[in-house]
Amino acid sequence: MKLHEYQAKALFAEVGLPVPQGRVAETVDEAVAAAVALGYPVAIKAQVHAGGRGKAGGIRLVKDPQEAEAAAEAILGMSLKTAQTGGHGHIVSRVLVEQAQVIEKELYLSILPDRSSASIMLIASTEGGMNIEEVAAQTPEKIVRIRVNPLLGLQPFHLRRAAFGLGLTGAVFKSFTGLLQTLYQLVVDRDLLLAEINPLAITAGDNLVLLDAKVEVDSTALFRQRDLAELYDPAEEDPLETEAKKYHLNYIRLDGNIGTMVNGAGLAMATMDIIKQAGGEPANFLDVGGGASAEMIENGFRILLSDTSVSAILINIFGGILRCDVLANGVVEAAAKVDLNLPVVIRMEGTNADEGRRILAGSGLELISAVDLQDAAEKISRIARRL
Amino acid sequence: MSIWIDTNTRLVVQGITGKEGLFHTRQCVEYGTRVVAGVTPGKGGQQVDGIPVFNTVREAVAESGANTSMIFVPPAFAADAVLEAVDGTIGLIVCITEGIPAQDMLRVKTALQMSSCRLIGPNCPGIISPGKSKVGIMPGPIHRPGPIGVISRSGTLTYEVVHQLTAQGLGQSTCIGIGGDPVVGTSFIDCLQAFAGDNETTGLVMVGEIGGSAEEEAAAFIRDNLQIPVVGFIAGLTAPPGRRMGHAGAIVSGSSGTAASKIEIMRECGLHVCEQLGKLGLFCREVF
Repeated sequence: MKLHEYQAKALFAEVGLPVPQGRVAETVDEAVAAAVALGYPVAIKAQVHAGGRGKAGGIRLVKDPQEAEAAAEAILGMSLKTAQTGGHGHIVSRVLVEQAQVIEKELYLSILPDRSSASIMLIASTEGGMNIEEVAAQTPEKIVRIRVNPLLGLQPFHLRRAAFGLGLTGAVFKSFTGLLQTLYQLVVDRDLLLAEINPLAITAGDNLVLLDAKVEVDSTALFRQRDLAELYDPAEEDPLETEAKKYHLNYIRLDGNIGTMVNGAGLAMATMDIIKQAGGEPANFLDVGGGASAEMIENGFRILLSDTSVSAILINIFGGILRCDVLANGVVEAAAKVDLNLPVVIRMEGTNADEGRRILAGSGLELISAVDLQDAAEKISRIARRL
Repeated sequence: MSIWIDTNTRLVVQGITGKEGLFHTRQCVEYGTRVVAGVTPGKGGQQVDGIPVFNTVREAVAESGANTSMIFVPPAFAADAVLEAVDGTIGLIVCITEGIPAQDMLRVKTALQMSSCRLIGPNCPGIISPGKSKVGIMPGPIHRPGPIGVISRSGTLTYEVVHQLTAQGLGQSTCIGIGGDPVVGTSFIDCLQAFAGDNETTGLVMVGEIGGSAEEEAAAFIRDNLQIPVVGFIAGLTAPPGRRMGHAGAIVSGSSGTAASKIEIMRECGLHVCEQLGKLGLFCREVF
């Protein structure tokens, strides 16, 4: 679960990490009032879950009330498209107004659990303010990577390696190691999947300030991070995806017109692939779970039918522990309840598949049954092309 | 032959009295797995279908001689259950639970590296050696004993693959679902190493998906260490970047972890890559 910059900074401030003085505003008036209270110059920053806001016009530096008003007016309500929003714009409903800083140098710092080494990884670089993946590709020697054993935790030598690695000295060396220690503890204590500070600024007077922050919380740990769970912002997601979450369905909306409903994530992905290979375009990823019930199927139908771009549906169920006859009954019941009026191709395999197919055939529903995956993909793509 | 589980497997089920735990315990027993004990704290002394239930894993091991554990404990307590199994010197631990926090898994994985125990999962369907033993939630009847090993990050996608293999008359030695989480106890390479030592496994199918670099590393290992043919498949060719596709580990970040890049590396390493899931069984028939 991603946090907004202002939420991440509030989390940092709680543990004493140095962030700029700032206020959140939802209207132009609030933004101007915040700027007056903070004192010019200020930065006005769009609060959406996407990097690359600066380049897309979502961040402005202003030095007087006229500029502040103009900037807030331009940013609030804008549809922000950045390299990271994947073509869809994010409507900006909040800005963060912050005291501008006089920056001497920009560093990069991030801390995250690393999947391959099962350790907590610290990444630091002297090249702050840049895309770190580009830095890694072009000048790998400018990146310090440190893996911390999660059972032993952060040791003093890790701190020294990071600070010497960045060539820091004197007061900045000391404040950097303190900051690193606090941030590491925050990542561990609050179940963060990512805490990225880019840039971490060294300001005039050798002070460190966390200028921008990207934080992602482990959504599986929200049961023990209840206050963080409240920071979830449904406005940042597709409304159908938010709706699907309520039903515990894994749903991701895509651009095509063939709705898919599959049990299991891997099979759901493979089903999308096979549709594309047969010349169709999947409208979504929908995993109703490896042990889907009739109720899950019904909720899945509701989600698919709410997407107006869906013109045909492919159901692919591999009946395992959950038998195909039970699933077939679920499909028949759900179809009646949700007033199904789109062509549906259904492919069932696994336990009691024959019985399942018999139930579907005798249901009076206009379901098109497929003998195997290949057949299913070809049938659905042919239908979708005709519509 | 088979790897890691066979007729000598003596299973303890942690979380045996829960709804899922009980259901799948019965399925395993029906398949022929020797389920010798269950563990549910506070329910020690009870019985489930004649299987004795203990309060702790240590008691269960001492009384029943269990050497393998299957875990159905809710995510908040699952890491503790794995560590208890490690403490009880259970050689093979299979954790079915989905949704264990990443921080918990980092600690568990590091603790496992200091022990001689193996963890399969979490968030996995488990492991089956057809005709011998089933420790997991996969449907038993789709499997047939035979010479093909199957390793996968998915659940139902693995069943699909196994179903097609069986339909082509290609039986399986052992099928393992390693789990869809970013941090898992057993990697593809661990499985490959074990299969390399099993002279009755004459072919392998590796079912991967987008995200991470496990498939790439496995492909390099296959090139350098395996003599038998390996068929590879990757799910997620059409997955949009930056989105988690159901599994916590299935995410394309930047240009890494894409299906296309994985497939390319698998081909370079000499794997037989099948891009059409619908024809995977036939494809295997030709390769093996």
